[in-house]
Amino acid sequence: MTTAPALSLRKLSKQFAGKSVVNEISLEIQPGEIFGLLGPNGAGKSTTINMISGVSRVGGGEISVFGHDNQSEFVETRRLTGVMHQEIVVDTFFNVDTALKLHAGYYGVKDDPQWRELLIDRLALGPHLKKEMIKLSGGMKRRFMVAKALIHKPRLLILDEPTAGVDVELRQQLWAFVREINRDLGTTVLLTTHYLEEAEEMCGRVAIMNEGNVIALDHTRSLLAKLDEKRLIVHLTEPLAAVPVGLQGALEEGGKKLVLRVEHGVGDALQALASLGAQVREIETQAPSLQEAFLKLTKRKV
Amino acid sequence: MNTSSQQASKQTFHPYLPFYTLLKREVLRFFSVAAQTLITPVITASLYLLVFGVSLGSKIDLYPDLTYAQFVVPGLILMGVMNQAFANTSSSIFIYRFFGGIVDLLVTPLTAPQFILAFTTAAMIRGILVGLATFLISLLFTGLPWMHPFLAAGMILIGAFLFAQFGIIAAIYSKNFDALSMFTNFLILPLIYTGGLFYPVSHLPPFWQVISRFNPMAYLIDGFRQCILGFGSFPLWLDFAVAGGISMLLFVWAWRLTVSGKGLRT
Repeated sequence: MTTAPALSLRKLSKQFAGKSVVNEISLEIQPGEIFGLLGPNGAGKSTTINMISGVSRVGGGEISVFGHDNQSEFVETRRLTGVMHQEIVVDTFFNVDTALKLHAGYYGVKDDPQWRELLIDRLALGPHLKKEMIKLSGGMKRRFMVAKALIHKPRLLILDEPTAGVDVELRQQLWAFVREINRDLGTTVLLTTHYLEEAEEMCGRVAIMNEGNVIALDHTRSLLAKLDEKRLIVHLTEPLAAVPVGLQGALEEGGKKLVLRVEHGVGDALQALASLGAQVREIETQAPSLQEAFLKLTKRKV
Repeated sequence: MNTSSQQASKQTFHPYLPFYTLLKREVLRFFSVAAQTLITPVITASLYLLVFGVSLGSKIDLYPDLTYAQFVVPGLILMGVMNQAFANTSSSIFIYRFFGGIVDLLVTPLTAPQFILAFTTAAMIRGILVGLATFLISLLFTGLPWMHPFLAAGMILIGAFLFAQFGIIAAIYSKNFDALSMFTNFLILPLIYTGGLFYPVSHLPPFWQVISRFNPMAYLIDGFRQCILGFGSFPLWLDFAVAGGISMLLFVWAWRLTVSGKGLRT
């Protein structure tokens, strides 16, 4: 028996006022993955997440969560999914403790004090349990929203820009906890973030969206490798007047720094430099960041 | 990292728990702002009782063997129930929508009937609490014969249900606070006040009697009063038929809106 994907999107579409916001995107996320959905503002990431979680109506195509259709079997898919929205959403009538207990009930599960206390502990909410929501700081509200998304132990956790505007400490705590539940409970994670280094560090696979389309979908490392943008940076003792013939790159710092694309290997580049009699002071290589991959891919489509 | 998350037990799904939880949340919500949701309407009703029951009422003589206070109290009780049932669903759902908190419910396994019935039941509880308090305060001014107490309770339940549905519909259609208050000020209050709250429809000139027949509130108020006093302007079965029919109509309307996601899901 094959295992159903944790999340499957098939030709998912959405239009707002006749304008296509998500354009027939298809992708699958396997159980246990940490998957990143990246893209500039307005790429369609949040709309996609809203359709998966039930906040938005599906415009076209299909969504299934662990093999269950999210329209005909929405009770099943929603209890399997936990979502933390990008906008801060809290129930201002209650304190943190009461709101968490209510949230478990909305998902049809009885309060599990052991699990609730674990969430409170990991997200450092303990000292704030009896505080009214409106008295919480922005960071605290975000911590609460993570706890809220996890209170019913979802098998698929969706985090939409969870670290936007939060301090480094919370960011580290949050990612450590996400890794922990991914490892220990096998929770599948779909996240969007603007901090590409986070996606690079956290996600096994990423999809890049732009203008409603998925323009890249691959293992994070493969995506970076495919871009073939590894660079060789050569610091020279004497400046060069021009980039040596046969090499692709650019001169910086008045000709004393040569930044080369190494499509043909480091050896070729060094040989070319040696034949020119260039005096090499220092050599370094630089791997592309996801930030660069992201910019390159989105720029290509604009 | 040493994690106890592995020890967490598997969650069992209780299909009715989302309904009970939303109902509990709604009741806790209106109790948390009781000064506004319970005490203010009771004070308003008490002032009406003071004006019509004690001062003006003694000068009004509608029926032999019946004081004006006895005539007006059933209407005031029902008005409290209906107003508060409407206020609860309309304000709660609208605030949820307006401030975006509705997403907390949209992502859960809560079904459309559970959504409607949880908000409705909470609104009915608030309405009935206010109605009960109004009744208890009215005992300071007058007693009532309670001719058909069970039917009276039935009409209270129908009235509360009907206005709770109306509140859901108003909250979904309203785009801002102004639009929501228009429902109250330009629809609900005129319908209630012209529905025979302070006078019997049968005492109106013939033309206005005909107009009143098109006001559904007239049947609710007349029906409830008839259950208590034993007589009214319309046949009792007609009062119940109109009240029940409109309730069902509004329930279907609210259900269809909720299922379609209009105003709730983008």
